[in-house]
Amino acid sequence: FYLTPPQVNSILKANEYSFKVPEFDGKNVSSVLGFDSNQLPANAPIEDRRSAATCLQTRGMLLGVFDGHAGCACAQAVSERLFYYIAVSLLPHETLLEIENAVESGRALLPILQWHKHPNDYFSKEASKLYFNSLRTYWQELIDLNSGETTDVKEALINAFKRLDNDISLEAQVGDPNSFLNYLVLQVAFSGATACVAHVDGVDLHIANTGDSRAMLGVQEEDGSWSAVNLSYDHNAQNEHEVERVKMEHPKSEEKSLVKQDRLLGLLMPFRAFGDVKFKWSIELQKRVVESGPDQLNDNEYTKFIPPNYHTPPYLTAEPEVIYHKLRPQDKFLVLATDGLWETMHRQDVARIVGEYLTGVHHQQPIAVGGYKVTLGQMHGLLTERRARISSVFEDQNAATHLIRHAVGNNEFGTVDHERLSKMLSLPEELARMYRDDMTIIVVQFNSHVIGACQNEE
Amino acid sequence: AAGMFLRLLSDVRWRAANSKWRGVTCSQRSTLSTADPHPVPLPARAQVVICGGGIMGTSVAYHLSKMGWRDIVLLEQGRLAAGTTRFCAGIVSTARHVSVELKMADYSNKLYQQLEQETGVNTGYVKTGSISLAQTQDRLISLKRIASSLKVMGIPCEIITPKQVAQLHPLINIHDLVGAMYVPEDALVSSANVSLALATAASRNGVQIHERTSVSHVSVQKGHVTGVETDRGQIQCQYFVNCAGQWAYELGHSGEEPVHIPLHACEHFYLLTHPLKQPLASNLPTIVDPDGRIYVRNWQGGILSGGFEKNPKPLFTEGRNQLEIQNLQEDWDHFEPLLSALLRRMPDLEALQIMQLVNCPESFTPDMRCIMGESPTVRGYFVLAGMNSAGISYGGGAGKYLAEWMVNGYPTENVWPLDLKRFGALQSSRTFLRHRVMEVMPLMCDLKVPRWDFQTGRQLRTSPLYDRLDAQGARWMEKHGFERVKYFVPPGKDLLDLDQSKTFYKPDWFDIVGSEVKCCKEAVCVIDMSSFTKFEISSTGDQALESLQYLFSNDLDVPVGHVVHTGMLNEKGGYENDCSIARLSKRSFFMISPTDQQVHCWAWLKNRLPDDNSLTVEDVTWKYTALNLIGPRAVDVLSELSYAPMTAEHFPSLFCKEMSVGYANGIRVMSITHTGEPGFVLYIPIEYALHVYNEVMNMGQKYGIRNAGYYALRSLRIEKFFAFWGQDLDAFTTPMECGREFQVKLEKGMQFIGQEALLEQKQNGVYKRFTMFILEDHDTDTDLWPWWGEPIFRNGRYVGKTTSSAYSYTLERHVCLGFVHHFDEKTGEELVVTTDFINQGEYEIDIAGQRFQAKAKLYPFSSLFTQRRRKDEVELSGYQRE
Repeated sequence: FYLTPPQVNSILKANEYSFKVPEFDGKNVSSVLGFDSNQLPANAPIEDRRSAATCLQTRGMLLGVFDGHAGCACAQAVSERLFYYIAVSLLPHETLLEIENAVESGRALLPILQWHKHPNDYFSKEASKLYFNSLRTYWQELIDLNSGETTDVKEALINAFKRLDNDISLEAQVGDPNSFLNYLVLQVAFSGATACVAHVDGVDLHIANTGDSRAMLGVQEEDGSWSAVNLSYDHNAQNEHEVERVKMEHPKSEEKSLVKQDRLLGLLMPFRAFGDVKFKWSIELQKRVVESGPDQLNDNEYTKFIPPNYHTPPYLTAEPEVIYHKLRPQDKFLVLATDGLWETMHRQDVARIVGEYLTGVHHQQPIAVGGYKVTLGQMHGLLTERRARISSVFEDQNAATHLIRHAVGNNEFGTVDHERLSKMLSLPEELARMYRDDMTIIVVQFNSHVIGACQNEE
Repeated sequence: AAGMFLRLLSDVRWRAANSKWRGVTCSQRSTLSTADPHPVPLPARAQVVICGGGIMGTSVAYHLSKMGWRDIVLLEQGRLAAGTTRFCAGIVSTARHVSVELKMADYSNKLYQQLEQETGVNTGYVKTGSISLAQTQDRLISLKRIASSLKVMGIPCEIITPKQVAQLHPLINIHDLVGAMYVPEDALVSSANVSLALATAASRNGVQIHERTSVSHVSVQKGHVTGVETDRGQIQCQYFVNCAGQWAYELGHSGEEPVHIPLHACEHFYLLTHPLKQPLASNLPTIVDPDGRIYVRNWQGGILSGGFEKNPKPLFTEGRNQLEIQNLQEDWDHFEPLLSALLRRMPDLEALQIMQLVNCPESFTPDMRCIMGESPTVRGYFVLAGMNSAGISYGGGAGKYLAEWMVNGYPTENVWPLDLKRFGALQSSRTFLRHRVMEVMPLMCDLKVPRWDFQTGRQLRTSPLYDRLDAQGARWMEKHGFERVKYFVPPGKDLLDLDQSKTFYKPDWFDIVGSEVKCCKEAVCVIDMSSFTKFEISSTGDQALESLQYLFSNDLDVPVGHVVHTGMLNEKGGYENDCSIARLSKRSFFMISPTDQQVHCWAWLKNRLPDDNSLTVEDVTWKYTALNLIGPRAVDVLSELSYAPMTAEHFPSLFCKEMSVGYANGIRVMSITHTGEPGFVLYIPIEYALHVYNEVMNMGQKYGIRNAGYYALRSLRIEKFFAFWGQDLDAFTTPMECGREFQVKLEKGMQFIGQEALLEQKQNGVYKRFTMFILEDHDTDTDLWPWWGEPIFRNGRYVGKTTSSAYSYTLERHVCLGFVHHFDEKTGEELVVTTDFINQGEYEIDIAGQRFQAKAKLYPFSSLFTQRRRKDEVELSGYQRE
């Protein structure tokens, strides 16, 4: 079974999406030029999700990747809801009041987010009312709390993550009279998802991470080479601090059973996640909900199963670790990706491949002789070089697609091997997951000119 | 930069003495803001208004005024010669494939040569000569074919070796060349200055020139031009000439009555360099390297080099936009293949410094030939545009022909290949044009081989049987947008790829067509001929008959049910069209003419039939599917399907009857086949087409029926010496000159168009004679095949050219058809051609420089057709179209 290059391309490009920040008056005043994103499924259906949106009532842009496990319900819910929680957390008191009054009096709501979605990225229609009510309760509480202080982004991110996870948990405990919704909220709560979210506003970049997806900054050194700077820490057994944290939160008697085979309680790879109430609720609560829940839930061996050595829940949290980075002109791009990418590729390679791709595209801009002295021979050399570049590697229009192509198709020499690519992409559904994981990538490109100008102003 | 460039190219010293010229002339090429605040007002009326001040507009004005028309206004939206003309590379080249184009280029060259002397304007004319290089043997054959044509026209030309190339041009790398063609009299000019010189002369003859005046639309009343609307007011006029270059399409569509001018612009790039250390001599020959897709000329001590890339960039598809012609981007990446070709051809240029890459849009047409002539829908509306980047080569000649057309009613040459009326609304879609010109532009440099078909803009008009035929292996060609079958590839047999199948020798379909021909001769074949133009003319009284008797040379007052072959002649007796007309009833006629006559014939009839409500003409081309059943067993198939006797006693030759075929009633059956073979053409209302086709194929099975295509038809008709219109016959050929006197009824009791001219020819004899040539010492397998346009030599002297050719599977020889003239040996004057003159010569046909002995015949081989019945001889003796 062999895929032709066009077939390979159609598979790789099926989910690609690009967004360019619109220019105003011929100028892009945003520190973000735009982003490319893409997904390659290994599970069927894919359990990864991605989101991107521009905040309309505050400044800044939100981008995130979400890696689901035990189904995609939780990742789906988080991808729909988390950015609203963050946006609301960032809103000043007056805007919150305005929104609440609008809802109260049935007027049109101020738009909070402008989504940048691929047609395959969907929102659940059925749950929107339920989700909205939970969100409204959250902003009502924020209004009541009115601290009077300006909102700190870091705090807002942490609050939003925690609040959403809390709402997911509560909705599952309360249930819903509608049997479909009732089942949905339980699915969301019993499945899990990691999240890695970036908030960019001018030169201020915040990364909030829960779980083992990763954010990485691509930096161009003075000599033109590329290096990678991590902007998140994986929350898993490889992270000593994380193991330490978990151990601190539970009695010494459990020390040995907490992390087994590099997994939380011997079961879960990520040490932080949304949902996964089996690692959060008390045994009694779990039993009560499962028993009173719909039959589907009751029949499900996984949901009924209680983790071994389950003594002092919760064992899991959705609280993110937030890292702040002030953007510099040499910071050219940010890669957010689920662990599917990082398992196959070293971050240094990611930085190089994306960096060279982005500057290669840059090189394709037209050249003009202008007033320079150029000979026919020089021009010819320049043009043949450009041509060689364009014809070989740079067939992708999307940096994320380009990265996936390398991640899946790279041979031992670090170049894309079509045969390998073809084999990896034509694996039958049941085998695919053994050779690769779902992969979701967002590459955000920064506007060095704007970032440089901001720096000079200060 | 563009401004600077303009000054470099057109260093004109303008003469202020010119009082009729509007003020701008002294403020030489500056910006719009310096426009004369008091421009000379436009006249209220003029005989002719020309729109466009480029090489075409000024050439038309020049020639009209030379021919004595003085009341002419030329309007230019910007400044004279400031559009494509200004950027044109200025190469005057006579190396052309089509004979009329060659003649135009030759005339232009001669005109430009003396223009400076005539006008005092420096035109930059330098006779440099040109060298066309061949990297392959096929290319060399192509060049040799052109060389043969040039030589018989008296244009010096020789095929030279690579070594000779090196002697003529010091910079050329010759190691990959197989030969070249040298045309020593080709020239270089400053095209803008040529245009300005023509304008100067025209202005002196009284032509009024107004710059910065744009035409918004042309007013039309009752199908005639009445005036133009401009941004500076109205001008009433009788004639309007659209020379708007790449804007001609838009201008044509700006009026209420659209005039379809199918052309589309593409970007065209060329490079200018600084001078070489040792500046190039100004008379160094221009180099054309078609295999490298480039041309190179010397330019101010450096070079100017451009080309025709494989992947052209069409532009202005959606019409004129904000992009001014000057602001077009240089695109070096796009130019890279051409630059590589240049450096490969002239490696020493590596160190030469670049001055500029010029982007100059050129307009291209759907068939790579320019567009001239009168609109079929608006009388007095003339067009000259779409030069396919050869504007400067054609400019002089094209302007002359158009002026003759306007003044005399027709040019002095057959310009049908360039006639606007070869196109209609169907070639006017922007999508079609965009796709087609992307194929046409690279074709400028591609090898021109026989039987080339365009690949873009296809499957526009199709027969209802298209899918059925395609599934049976049909290979298609296109005529006037209609898909027609060339031949059927039998199952299991594969032909070469398109590119590999290009050949000047025996083609890969030779045996396939041979077996189709054999089946036509021995059993029965069916050919879908639905593309033919079909009109119905009827009237309430005798008006139809009376009008047609005047328009056609044969006698149409025949009994109902008879079919008449007749020419539609012009005043000089020349064929404007060649048709078969069936008399359906006392008062209605069914007329069949060639596919590409749809627009021309319609206009001809409309302009000449009386404006009478009782007379109707309808184009019913789309209503009928035509199936041609050719072969001795066609009779059997048809009689079985209709339960009607079809033998000659019941259904004689040249007869037409409505009958049922299978379940379908009202099928118009005619006993003609357009080949001289026995058989019938069925005109089937399209809804019955599939049914009738299926019935014919099922019933025909036991008679050995099979599908056949046009290549078989062509072989059959040429071996029978049938001429066809558009190839052998044109507006300059009379029935007397092609042995068709029997299709003319000089004494039919009433006058008809062309009668006088024919009477005179009958008395005084003809000056050319359509002749059939059988190639004698030609080896079909190894020798170059004839095509058309090959020179004919009689006793070693040039006497004419072939017009078509085919391999005759019956004779097992090549047959060429062509015209023989009789030029006086001393004066070159044309003398009367007699039968004896034809019969008493030794003939040779020149195929790409190689001469083959040929036997001339004035009548087809009757011995081949001894089994024919007497009746068939009527059709046999000469009629065909394609």
